[in-house]
Amino acid sequence: MSFFDVVFYLFACITVLAGVGVVVARNPVHAALFLVLAFCSTAGIWMLLEAEFLAITLVLVYVGAVMVLFLFVVMMLDINLVQLREGFWRWFPFGALLAGLMVFEMIWVLGSRQTADVSRAIVHAADYSNTKELGRLIYTQYVYPFELAAVILLVAMVAAIALTLRRRSGVKSQNVAEQVKVRKADRLRIVKMESEPKVNNK
Amino acid sequence: MMEWLQPIQNLLGPVWLPLWTAVKIMLIVMPLMGAVAYLTLAERKVIGWMQIRIGPNRVGYFGLLQPLADGLKLFMKEIIVPSGSNKFLFVIAPIMVLMPALAAWAVVPFNAELVLSNANAGLLYILAMTSLGVYGVIIAGWASNSKYAFLGCLRSAAQIVSYEIAMGFALVTVLMAAQSLNLGEIVRGQHGSYGMLNWYIIPLFPMFVVYLISGVAETNRAPFDVAEGESEIVAGFHVEYSGMAFALFFLGEYANMILVAFLTSIMFLGGWLSPVPFLPDSIVWMFGKVAFVLFLFLWFRATFPRYRYDQLMRLGWKVFIPVSLIWVVVVGAWMQTSYWLW
Repeated sequence: MSFFDVVFYLFACITVLAGVGVVVARNPVHAALFLVLAFCSTAGIWMLLEAEFLAITLVLVYVGAVMVLFLFVVMMLDINLVQLREGFWRWFPFGALLAGLMVFEMIWVLGSRQTADVSRAIVHAADYSNTKELGRLIYTQYVYPFELAAVILLVAMVAAIALTLRRRSGVKSQNVAEQVKVRKADRLRIVKMESEPKVNNK
Repeated sequence: MMEWLQPIQNLLGPVWLPLWTAVKIMLIVMPLMGAVAYLTLAERKVIGWMQIRIGPNRVGYFGLLQPLADGLKLFMKEIIVPSGSNKFLFVIAPIMVLMPALAAWAVVPFNAELVLSNANAGLLYILAMTSLGVYGVIIAGWASNSKYAFLGCLRSAAQIVSYEIAMGFALVTVLMAAQSLNLGEIVRGQHGSYGMLNWYIIPLFPMFVVYLISGVAETNRAPFDVAEGESEIVAGFHVEYSGMAFALFFLGEYANMILVAFLTSIMFLGGWLSPVPFLPDSIVWMFGKVAFVLFLFLWFRATFPRYRYDQLMRLGWKVFIPVSLIWVVVVGAWMQTSYWLW
Protein backbone atom coordinates (compact mmCIF):
# COMPACT_ATOMS: atom_id res chain seq x y z
CA MET A 1 0.00 0.00 0.00
CA SER A 2 1.50 3.27 -1.04
CA PHE A 3 1.35 6.58 0.82
CA PHE A 4 -1.36 7.68 -1.61
CA ASP A 5 -3.59 4.72 -0.68
CA VAL A 6 -3.10 5.27 3.04
CA VAL A 7 -4.16 8.89 2.74
CA PHE A 8 -7.10 7.99 0.53
CA TYR A 9 -8.47 5.33 2.90
CA LEU A 10 -7.92 7.63 5.86
CA PHE A 11 -9.98 10.39 4.27
CA ALA A 12 -12.58 7.91 2.99
CA CYS A 13 -13.04 6.38 6.46
CA ILE A 14 -13.38 9.81 8.06
CA THR A 15 -15.94 10.83 5.44
CA VAL A 16 -18.06 7.73 5.96
CA LEU A 17 -17.87 7.92 9.75
CA ALA A 18 -18.73 11.60 9.69
CA GLY A 19 -21.67 10.83 7.40
CA VAL A 20 -22.92 8.24 9.88
CA GLY A 21 -22.39 10.79 12.62
CA VAL A 22 -24.60 13.32 10.81
CA VAL A 23 -27.45 10.80 10.84
CA VAL A 24 -27.11 9.36 14.33
CA ALA A 25 -26.03 12.45 16.29
CA ARG A 26 -28.67 13.39 18.86
CA ASN A 27 -27.76 17.03 18.97
CA PRO A 28 -28.42 18.94 15.71
CA VAL A 29 -25.34 21.14 16.29
CA HIS A 30 -23.19 18.01 16.51
CA ALA A 31 -24.82 16.75 13.31
CA ALA A 32 -23.96 20.00 11.52
CA LEU A 33 -20.36 19.81 12.77
CA PHE A 34 -20.11 16.20 11.55
CA LEU A 35 -21.26 17.44 8.15
CA VAL A 36 -18.45 20.00 8.22
CA LEU A 37 -15.99 17.19 8.95
CA ALA A 38 -17.43 15.18 6.04
CA PHE A 39 -16.95 18.18 3.71
CA CYS A 40 -13.37 18.68 4.85
CA SER A 41 -12.37 15.07 4.32
CA THR A 42 -14.11 15.02 0.94
CA ALA A 43 -12.02 18.05 0.03
CA GLY A 44 -8.99 16.00 1.02
CA ILE A 45 -10.02 13.21 -1.35
CA TRP A 46 -10.53 15.69 -4.19
CA MET A 47 -7.11 17.12 -3.46
CA LEU A 48 -5.69 13.62 -4.00
CA LEU A 49 -7.37 13.62 -7.42
CA GLU A 50 -5.48 16.86 -8.22
CA ALA A 51 -8.75 18.77 -8.34
CA GLU A 52 -7.34 21.48 -6.09
CA PHE A 53 -9.72 24.18 -7.28
CA LEU A 54 -12.81 22.11 -6.50
CA ALA A 55 -11.36 20.93 -3.20
CA ILE A 56 -10.54 24.43 -1.97
CA THR A 57 -13.83 25.82 -3.26
CA LEU A 58 -15.69 23.10 -1.37
CA VAL A 59 -14.02 24.24 1.84
CA LEU A 60 -14.43 27.91 1.01
CA VAL A 61 -18.09 27.82 -0.02
CA TYR A 62 -19.65 24.91 1.85
CA VAL A 63 -17.58 24.87 5.02
CA GLY A 64 -16.70 28.54 5.21
CA ALA A 65 -20.04 30.04 4.24
CA VAL A 66 -22.99 27.66 3.87
CA MET A 67 -22.40 25.60 7.00
CA VAL A 68 -21.69 28.70 9.08
CA LEU A 69 -25.14 30.05 8.25
CA PHE A 70 -26.58 26.57 8.84
CA LEU A 71 -25.01 26.45 12.28
CA PHE A 72 -26.40 29.91 12.99
CA VAL A 73 -29.92 28.68 12.39
CA VAL A 74 -29.50 25.26 14.01
CA MET A 75 -27.98 26.73 17.18
CA MET A 76 -31.00 28.91 17.76
CA LEU A 77 -33.60 26.20 17.21
CA ASP A 78 -35.39 24.75 20.16
CA ILE A 79 -35.68 21.14 19.06
CA ASN A 80 -37.75 18.55 20.83
CA LEU A 81 -35.97 15.26 20.11
CA VAL A 82 -38.89 13.04 21.14
CA GLN A 83 -41.18 14.80 18.74
CA LEU A 84 -38.53 14.61 16.04
CA ARG A 85 -38.18 10.84 16.39
CA GLU A 86 -41.88 10.10 16.45
CA GLY A 87 -42.46 8.90 12.89
CA PHE A 88 -39.10 7.14 12.57
CA TRP A 89 -40.30 3.58 11.96
CA ARG A 90 -43.16 4.74 9.78
CA TRP A 91 -40.79 6.46 7.35
CA PHE A 92 -37.96 3.93 7.71
CA PRO A 93 -38.94 1.75 4.70
CA PHE A 94 -39.13 4.81 2.47
CA GLY A 95 -35.71 6.01 3.60
CA ALA A 96 -34.18 2.57 3.20
CA LEU A 97 -35.61 2.32 -0.30
CA LEU A 98 -34.10 5.68 -1.22
CA ALA A 99 -30.71 4.70 0.21
CA GLY A 100 -30.79 1.38 -1.64
CA LEU A 101 -31.64 3.16 -4.88
CA MET A 102 -28.69 5.53 -4.48
CA VAL A 103 -26.27 2.68 -3.73
CA PHE A 104 -27.54 0.87 -6.83
CA GLU A 105 -27.07 3.98 -8.97
CA MET A 106 -23.53 4.51 -7.74
CA ILE A 107 -22.58 0.88 -8.38
CA TRP A 108 -24.14 1.14 -11.80
CA VAL A 109 -22.26 4.30 -12.79
CA LEU A 110 -18.91 3.50 -11.20
CA GLY A 111 -18.95 -0.13 -12.29
CA SER A 112 -19.89 0.39 -15.94
CA ARG A 113 -17.43 0.05 -18.77
CA GLN A 114 -17.72 3.69 -19.79
CA THR A 115 -16.25 4.79 -16.51
CA ALA A 116 -13.65 2.08 -16.42
CA ASP A 117 -10.08 2.74 -15.27
CA VAL A 118 -10.59 5.84 -13.20
CA SER A 119 -8.83 4.27 -10.26
CA ARG A 120 -5.98 6.79 -10.61
CA ALA A 121 -6.19 10.46 -11.42
CA ILE A 122 -4.23 11.61 -14.44
CA VAL A 123 -0.99 12.97 -13.09
CA HIS A 124 0.00 16.37 -14.42
CA ALA A 125 3.21 18.34 -14.35
CA ALA A 126 3.87 20.60 -11.38
CA ASP A 127 3.18 23.80 -13.34
CA TYR A 128 -0.23 22.58 -14.49
CA SER A 129 -2.89 24.85 -13.05
CA ASN A 130 -6.21 23.15 -12.47
CA THR A 131 -7.83 26.53 -11.80
CA LYS A 132 -6.71 28.02 -15.11
CA GLU A 133 -7.89 25.00 -17.10
CA LEU A 134 -11.29 25.05 -15.40
CA GLY A 135 -11.66 28.76 -16.05
CA ARG A 136 -10.74 28.31 -19.69
CA LEU A 137 -13.32 25.54 -20.15
CA ILE A 138 -16.08 27.36 -18.29
CA TYR A 139 -15.66 30.59 -20.24
CA THR A 140 -15.24 29.02 -23.68
CA GLN A 141 -16.84 25.65 -24.21
CA TYR A 142 -19.44 25.80 -21.44
CA VAL A 143 -20.05 29.53 -21.38
CA TYR A 144 -23.82 29.33 -22.04
CA PRO A 145 -24.64 26.68 -19.41
CA PHE A 146 -22.42 28.58 -16.99
CA GLU A 147 -24.13 31.91 -17.62
CA LEU A 148 -27.52 30.21 -17.39
CA ALA A 149 -26.62 28.76 -13.99
CA ALA A 150 -25.45 32.19 -12.88
CA VAL A 151 -28.74 33.79 -13.93
CA ILE A 152 -30.74 31.11 -12.11
CA LEU A 153 -28.71 31.75 -8.97
CA LEU A 154 -29.26 35.48 -9.31
CA VAL A 155 -33.01 34.98 -9.67
CA ALA A 156 -33.01 32.75 -6.59
CA MET A 157 -31.09 35.38 -4.67
CA VAL A 158 -33.44 38.19 -5.67
CA ALA A 159 -36.42 35.98 -4.84
CA ALA A 160 -35.03 35.11 -1.41
CA ILE A 161 -34.50 38.78 -0.62
CA ALA A 162 -37.92 39.71 -1.97
CA LEU A 163 -39.56 37.04 0.21
CA THR A 164 -38.12 38.45 3.41
CA LEU A 165 -38.60 42.08 2.44
CA ARG A 166 -41.48 43.61 4.32
CA ARG A 167 -42.35 47.16 5.01
CA ARG A 168 -43.31 48.15 8.51
CA SER A 169 -44.61 51.51 9.49
CA GLY A 170 -43.29 53.38 12.44
CA VAL A 171 -39.73 52.13 12.14
CA LYS A 172 -37.00 54.55 13.10
CA SER A 173 -33.91 54.40 11.00
CA GLN A 174 -30.94 56.58 10.30
CA ASN A 175 -30.41 58.39 7.06
CA VAL A 176 -26.67 58.24 6.93
CA ALA A 177 -26.30 60.46 3.87
CA GLU A 178 -28.25 63.17 5.65
CA GLN A 179 -26.14 62.78 8.76
CA VAL A 180 -22.94 63.10 6.79
CA LYS A 181 -24.20 66.19 5.00
CA VAL A 182 -24.76 68.06 8.26
CA ARG A 183 -22.49 71.08 8.59
CA LYS A 184 -21.50 73.01 11.64
CA ALA A 185 -23.79 75.90 10.68
CA ASP A 186 -26.87 73.60 10.79
CA ARG A 187 -26.47 72.77 14.43
CA LEU A 188 -24.42 75.47 15.99
CA ARG A 189 -25.15 79.16 16.29
CA ILE A 190 -22.35 81.37 17.46
CA VAL A 191 -23.62 84.46 19.19
CA LYS A 192 -21.42 87.48 19.42
CA MET A 193 -22.25 89.44 22.50
CA GLU A 194 -20.80 92.14 24.63
CA SER A 195 -19.14 90.99 27.77
CA GLU A 196 -21.28 91.75 30.77
CA PRO A 197 -20.20 94.55 33.06
CA LYS A 198 -18.60 93.30 36.19
CA VAL A 199 -21.04 93.04 39.03
CA ASN A 200 -19.76 94.04 42.36
CA ASN A 201 -21.14 91.67 44.90
CA LYS A 202 -20.35 92.80 48.31
CA MET B 1 22.57 25.04 1.43
CA MET B 2 21.05 21.60 0.98
CA GLU B 3 24.33 19.77 0.28
CA TRP B 4 25.36 19.30 3.87
CA LEU B 5 21.96 17.74 4.62
CA GLN B 6 22.45 15.09 1.94
CA PRO B 7 23.97 12.39 4.25
CA ILE B 8 21.08 12.73 6.70
CA GLN B 9 18.65 12.50 3.81
CA ASN B 10 20.23 9.24 2.61
CA LEU B 11 20.24 7.85 6.12
CA LEU B 12 16.54 8.50 6.77
CA GLY B 13 15.21 7.42 3.36
CA PRO B 14 11.42 7.69 3.06
CA VAL B 15 11.06 9.24 6.52
CA TRP B 16 13.11 12.22 5.35
CA LEU B 17 10.37 14.16 3.55
CA PRO B 18 7.75 14.25 6.31
CA LEU B 19 10.47 14.93 8.88
CA TRP B 20 12.03 17.75 6.89
CA THR B 21 8.56 19.25 6.27
CA ALA B 22 7.87 19.12 10.00
CA VAL B 23 11.16 20.92 10.63
CA LYS B 24 10.19 23.59 8.09
CA ILE B 25 6.77 23.97 9.72
CA MET B 26 8.45 24.48 13.09
CA LEU B 27 10.78 27.04 11.50
CA ILE B 28 7.70 29.05 10.53
CA VAL B 29 5.54 28.47 13.62
CA MET B 30 8.16 29.13 16.30
CA PRO B 31 9.20 32.60 15.04
CA LEU B 32 5.51 33.33 14.43
CA MET B 33 4.68 32.58 18.05
CA GLY B 34 7.60 34.75 19.12
CA ALA B 35 6.33 37.52 16.87
CA VAL B 36 2.86 37.16 18.39
CA ALA B 37 4.31 37.46 21.90
CA TYR B 38 6.31 40.56 21.09
CA LEU B 39 3.47 42.08 19.07
CA THR B 40 1.50 42.24 22.31
CA LEU B 41 4.40 44.12 23.89
CA ALA B 42 4.70 46.39 20.85
CA GLU B 43 0.99 47.08 21.04
CA ARG B 44 1.14 48.13 24.68
CA LYS B 45 4.26 50.21 24.10
CA VAL B 46 2.97 51.97 20.97
CA ILE B 47 -0.45 52.71 22.41
CA GLY B 48 1.26 53.83 25.61
CA TRP B 49 3.41 56.32 23.73
CA MET B 50 0.45 57.54 21.73
CA GLN B 51 -1.36 58.25 24.99
CA ILE B 52 1.75 59.80 26.58
CA ARG B 53 2.33 56.89 28.92
CA ILE B 54 5.38 54.68 29.23
CA GLY B 55 3.83 51.26 28.80
CA PRO B 56 5.19 48.11 30.44
CA ASN B 57 8.71 48.77 31.74
CA ARG B 58 9.06 46.67 34.90
CA VAL B 59 9.76 43.13 33.72
CA GLY B 60 13.20 43.08 32.19
CA TYR B 61 15.03 45.98 30.59
CA PHE B 62 12.56 48.18 28.64
CA GLY B 63 9.77 45.71 29.53
CA LEU B 64 11.24 43.15 27.15
CA LEU B 65 10.36 40.15 29.32
CA GLN B 66 6.74 41.26 29.76
CA PRO B 67 5.31 38.80 27.14
CA LEU B 68 7.08 35.91 28.90
CA ALA B 69 5.69 36.99 32.24
CA ASP B 70 2.20 37.26 30.74
CA GLY B 71 2.53 33.84 29.15
CA LEU B 72 3.70 32.31 32.42
CA LYS B 73 0.84 33.94 34.31
CA LEU B 74 -1.77 32.60 31.87
CA PHE B 75 -0.12 29.19 31.95
CA MET B 76 -0.39 28.95 35.73
CA LYS B 77 -4.05 29.90 35.80
CA GLU B 78 -6.76 27.33 36.23
CA ILE B 79 -8.85 26.43 33.21
CA ILE B 80 -12.45 26.51 34.32
CA VAL B 81 -14.94 24.43 32.34
CA PRO B 82 -18.44 25.70 33.08
CA SER B 83 -20.95 23.12 34.23
CA GLY B 84 -23.57 22.42 31.60
CA SER B 85 -21.12 23.24 28.84
CA ASN B 86 -20.30 20.83 26.08
CA LYS B 87 -16.85 19.71 27.31
CA PHE B 88 -15.42 18.40 24.05
CA LEU B 89 -16.48 21.38 21.95
CA PHE B 90 -15.52 23.79 24.73
CA VAL B 91 -11.96 22.50 24.68
CA ILE B 92 -11.70 22.19 20.91
CA ALA B 93 -12.95 25.73 20.12
CA PRO B 94 -9.72 27.62 20.95
CA ILE B 95 -7.82 25.07 18.89
CA MET B 96 -10.22 25.67 16.01
CA VAL B 97 -9.38 29.38 16.15
CA LEU B 98 -5.63 28.85 16.19
CA MET B 99 -5.44 25.98 13.68
CA PRO B 100 -6.53 27.83 10.49
CA ALA B 101 -4.53 30.89 11.55
CA LEU B 102 -1.42 28.69 11.47
CA ALA B 103 -2.40 26.52 8.49
CA ALA B 104 -2.68 29.53 6.21
CA TRP B 105 1.07 30.16 6.61
CA ALA B 106 1.83 27.12 4.44
CA VAL B 107 1.60 29.13 1.21
CA VAL B 108 2.93 32.51 2.38
CA PRO B 109 6.20 33.35 0.58
CA PHE B 110 8.85 35.25 2.55
CA ASN B 111 11.10 35.95 -0.42
CA ALA B 112 11.60 34.57 -3.91
CA GLU B 113 12.68 31.11 -2.66
CA LEU B 114 11.51 30.91 0.92
CA VAL B 115 8.05 29.32 0.90
CA LEU B 116 6.81 26.10 2.46
CA SER B 117 4.42 25.13 -0.35
CA ASN B 118 4.54 26.95 -3.65
CA ALA B 119 0.90 26.07 -4.38
CA ASN B 120 -0.73 27.19 -7.60
CA ALA B 121 -4.01 27.98 -5.88
CA GLY B 122 -2.32 29.72 -2.95
CA LEU B 123 -4.68 32.68 -2.78
CA LEU B 124 -7.74 30.42 -2.79
CA TYR B 125 -6.16 28.29 -0.08
CA ILE B 126 -5.61 31.37 2.08
CA LEU B 127 -9.23 32.43 1.58
CA ALA B 128 -10.47 28.94 2.50
CA MET B 129 -8.30 28.74 5.61
CA THR B 130 -9.20 32.18 6.90
CA SER B 131 -12.89 31.38 6.39
CA LEU B 132 -12.51 28.42 8.77
CA GLY B 133 -11.51 30.60 11.71
CA VAL B 134 -15.12 31.57 12.33
CA TYR B 135 -15.92 28.02 13.49
CA GLY B 136 -13.84 28.43 16.61
CA VAL B 137 -15.81 31.55 17.46
CA ILE B 138 -19.20 29.93 16.87
CA ILE B 139 -18.35 26.73 18.73
CA ALA B 140 -16.84 28.65 21.66
CA GLY B 141 -19.98 30.73 22.03
CA TRP B 142 -22.32 27.79 21.76
CA ALA B 143 -20.40 25.27 23.85
CA SER B 144 -20.03 27.69 26.79
CA ASN B 145 -23.75 27.34 27.51
CA SER B 146 -23.96 31.00 28.42
CA LYS B 147 -26.26 33.66 26.99
CA TYR B 148 -23.53 36.30 26.96
CA ALA B 149 -21.05 34.09 25.17
CA PHE B 150 -23.73 33.06 22.70
CA LEU B 151 -24.74 36.64 21.89
CA GLY B 152 -21.09 37.60 21.54
CA CYS B 153 -20.45 34.69 19.19
CA LEU B 154 -23.42 35.62 16.98
CA ARG B 155 -22.21 39.20 16.69
CA SER B 156 -18.67 38.18 16.00
CA ALA B 157 -19.51 35.45 13.50
CA ALA B 158 -21.91 37.70 11.56
CA GLN B 159 -19.19 40.34 11.38
CA ILE B 160 -16.52 37.91 10.18
CA VAL B 161 -18.79 36.37 7.53
CA SER B 162 -19.85 39.80 6.24
CA TYR B 163 -16.37 41.22 5.84
CA GLU B 164 -15.09 38.05 4.23
CA ILE B 165 -17.11 38.84 1.11
CA ALA B 166 -15.58 42.27 0.59
CA MET B 167 -12.17 40.79 1.34
CA GLY B 168 -12.72 38.07 -1.27
CA PHE B 169 -13.67 40.60 -3.93
CA ALA B 170 -10.61 42.71 -3.13
CA LEU B 171 -8.52 39.61 -3.73
CA VAL B 172 -10.34 38.97 -7.03
CA THR B 173 -9.00 42.28 -8.37
CA VAL B 174 -5.50 41.29 -7.27
CA LEU B 175 -5.68 37.98 -9.06
CA MET B 176 -7.03 39.72 -12.17
CA ALA B 177 -4.07 42.09 -12.14
CA ALA B 178 -1.53 39.36 -11.46
CA GLN B 179 -3.29 36.73 -13.60
CA SER B 180 -2.27 34.11 -11.09
CA LEU B 181 -3.43 32.62 -7.80
CA ASN B 182 0.13 31.85 -6.77
CA LEU B 183 1.31 34.32 -4.12
CA GLY B 184 4.88 34.24 -5.44
CA GLU B 185 3.64 35.05 -8.94
CA ILE B 186 1.54 37.90 -7.54
CA VAL B 187 4.68 39.49 -6.08
CA ARG B 188 6.63 38.86 -9.28
CA GLY B 189 3.81 40.55 -11.22
CA GLN B 190 4.60 43.75 -9.31
CA HIS B 191 8.24 43.67 -10.35
CA GLY B 192 9.28 46.44 -12.72
CA SER B 193 11.76 49.18 -13.37
CA TYR B 194 9.91 51.88 -11.46
CA GLY B 195 10.10 50.39 -7.98
CA MET B 196 7.07 51.17 -5.88
CA LEU B 197 5.11 52.61 -8.84
CA ASN B 198 4.81 49.04 -10.11
CA TRP B 199 3.02 47.82 -7.00
CA TYR B 200 -0.66 46.99 -7.18
CA ILE B 201 -1.46 49.58 -4.54
CA ILE B 202 -1.43 52.20 -7.34
CA PRO B 203 -4.12 50.75 -9.68
CA LEU B 204 -5.99 48.92 -6.89
CA PHE B 205 -5.85 51.63 -4.24
CA PRO B 206 -9.58 51.45 -3.33
CA MET B 207 -9.21 47.69 -2.95
CA PHE B 208 -6.16 48.19 -0.75
CA VAL B 209 -8.24 50.33 1.57
CA VAL B 210 -11.14 47.85 1.50
CA TYR B 211 -8.81 44.94 2.18
CA LEU B 212 -7.00 46.63 5.02
CA ILE B 213 -10.19 47.73 6.80
CA SER B 214 -11.83 44.33 6.21
CA GLY B 215 -8.67 42.76 7.59
CA VAL B 216 -9.06 44.81 10.76
CA ALA B 217 -12.70 43.73 10.99
CA GLU B 218 -11.87 40.08 10.24
CA THR B 219 -9.39 39.90 13.08
CA ASN B 220 -11.88 41.52 15.49
CA ARG B 221 -9.56 44.42 16.14
CA ALA B 222 -10.48 47.92 17.27
CA PRO B 223 -12.40 49.89 15.99
CA PHE B 224 -14.35 46.77 14.96
CA ASP B 225 -13.87 44.84 18.21
CA VAL B 226 -17.59 44.54 18.97
CA ALA B 227 -16.90 40.90 19.83
CA GLU B 228 -15.19 42.11 22.98
CA GLY B 229 -17.08 45.38 23.45
CA GLU B 230 -16.19 45.84 27.11
CA SER B 231 -18.61 48.73 27.42
CA GLU B 232 -21.59 46.63 26.27
CA ILE B 233 -21.14 42.87 26.59
CA VAL B 234 -17.74 42.49 28.30
CA ALA B 235 -15.78 40.07 26.13
CA GLY B 236 -18.08 38.22 23.80
CA PHE B 237 -17.68 34.61 22.80
CA HIS B 238 -14.72 33.91 25.09
CA VAL B 239 -16.27 35.21 28.29
CA GLU B 240 -16.29 31.74 29.89
CA TYR B 241 -12.70 30.92 29.06
CA SER B 242 -9.77 31.30 31.42
CA GLY B 243 -6.07 30.61 31.54
CA MET B 244 -4.35 29.12 28.51
CA ALA B 245 -7.62 28.39 26.68
CA PHE B 246 -8.33 32.12 26.77
CA ALA B 247 -4.78 32.88 25.68
CA LEU B 248 -5.20 30.64 22.63
CA PHE B 249 -7.93 32.93 21.30
CA PHE B 250 -5.54 35.84 21.54
CA LEU B 251 -2.71 33.87 19.97
CA GLY B 252 -5.10 33.22 17.07
CA GLU B 253 -6.11 36.86 16.85
CA TYR B 254 -2.54 38.13 16.77
CA ALA B 255 -1.41 35.39 14.37
CA ASN B 256 -4.26 36.45 12.08
CA MET B 257 -3.17 40.07 12.36
CA ILE B 258 0.34 39.17 11.27
CA LEU B 259 -1.12 37.06 8.46
CA VAL B 260 -3.25 39.94 7.19
CA ALA B 261 -0.19 42.20 7.38
CA PHE B 262 1.81 39.70 5.32
CA LEU B 263 -0.97 39.31 2.75
CA THR B 264 -1.40 43.08 2.44
CA SER B 265 2.28 43.53 1.78
CA ILE B 266 2.38 40.58 -0.65
CA MET B 267 -0.64 41.61 -2.68
CA PHE B 268 -0.54 45.38 -2.64
CA LEU B 269 2.90 46.49 -1.43
CA GLY B 270 5.13 44.32 -3.58
CA GLY B 271 6.20 41.74 -0.99
CA TRP B 272 9.99 41.42 -0.90
CA LEU B 273 10.48 43.87 -3.81
CA SER B 274 12.44 47.00 -3.16
CA PRO B 275 10.51 50.31 -3.26
CA VAL B 276 13.26 52.04 -5.23
CA PRO B 277 14.94 50.52 -8.29
CA PHE B 278 18.55 51.09 -7.15
CA LEU B 279 18.29 48.94 -4.01
CA PRO B 280 18.22 45.11 -4.18
CA ASP B 281 15.07 43.10 -3.41
CA SER B 282 15.31 41.41 -0.06
CA ILE B 283 13.37 39.74 2.70
CA VAL B 284 14.15 42.85 4.79
CA TRP B 285 11.67 44.86 2.71
CA MET B 286 9.06 42.20 3.37
CA PHE B 287 9.46 42.44 7.13
CA GLY B 288 9.60 46.22 6.95
CA LYS B 289 6.27 46.38 5.11
CA VAL B 290 4.71 43.87 7.49
CA ALA B 291 5.90 45.93 10.46
CA PHE B 292 4.38 49.04 8.89
CA VAL B 293 0.98 47.39 8.36
CA LEU B 294 1.05 46.02 11.91
CA PHE B 295 1.83 49.51 13.16
CA LEU B 296 -1.28 50.70 11.29
CA PHE B 297 -3.31 48.09 13.22
CA LEU B 298 -2.02 49.44 16.52
CA TRP B 299 -2.46 53.03 15.40
CA PHE B 300 -6.11 52.35 14.50
CA ARG B 301 -6.71 50.94 17.92
CA ALA B 302 -5.25 53.97 19.65
CA THR B 303 -7.11 56.43 17.41
CA PHE B 304 -10.64 55.35 16.57
CA PRO B 305 -13.61 54.84 18.87
CA ARG B 306 -15.52 51.57 18.51
CA TYR B 307 -18.04 51.27 15.70
CA ARG B 308 -21.64 50.72 16.62
CA TYR B 309 -22.83 47.30 15.44
CA ASP B 310 -25.34 48.50 12.82
CA GLN B 311 -22.82 50.99 11.42
CA LEU B 312 -20.31 48.19 11.13
CA MET B 313 -22.74 46.03 9.18
CA ARG B 314 -23.69 48.98 6.98
CA LEU B 315 -20.05 49.65 6.17
CA GLY B 316 -19.48 46.03 5.22
CA TRP B 317 -22.58 45.37 3.16
CA LYS B 318 -23.56 48.74 1.75
CA VAL B 319 -20.20 50.38 1.20
CA PHE B 320 -17.42 47.84 0.79
CA ILE B 321 -19.21 45.17 -1.23
CA PRO B 322 -20.59 47.62 -3.87
CA VAL B 323 -17.26 49.44 -4.08
CA SER B 324 -15.34 46.22 -4.57
CA LEU B 325 -17.86 44.91 -7.13
CA ILE B 326 -17.54 48.13 -9.14
CA TRP B 327 -13.77 48.04 -8.93
CA VAL B 328 -13.71 44.48 -10.30
CA VAL B 329 -15.53 45.76 -13.40
CA VAL B 330 -13.30 48.85 -13.62
CA VAL B 331 -10.12 46.79 -13.43
CA GLY B 332 -11.50 44.32 -15.98
CA ALA B 333 -12.27 47.13 -18.44
CA TRP B 334 -9.02 48.94 -17.67
CA MET B 335 -6.97 45.84 -18.41
CA GLN B 336 -8.46 45.68 -21.90
CA THR B 337 -7.13 49.13 -22.76
CA SER B 338 -3.54 50.15 -23.40
CA TYR B 339 -3.52 52.31 -20.29
CA TRP B 340 -2.99 49.28 -18.04
CA LEU B 341 0.70 49.54 -17.17
CA TRP B 342 1.07 46.89 -14.43
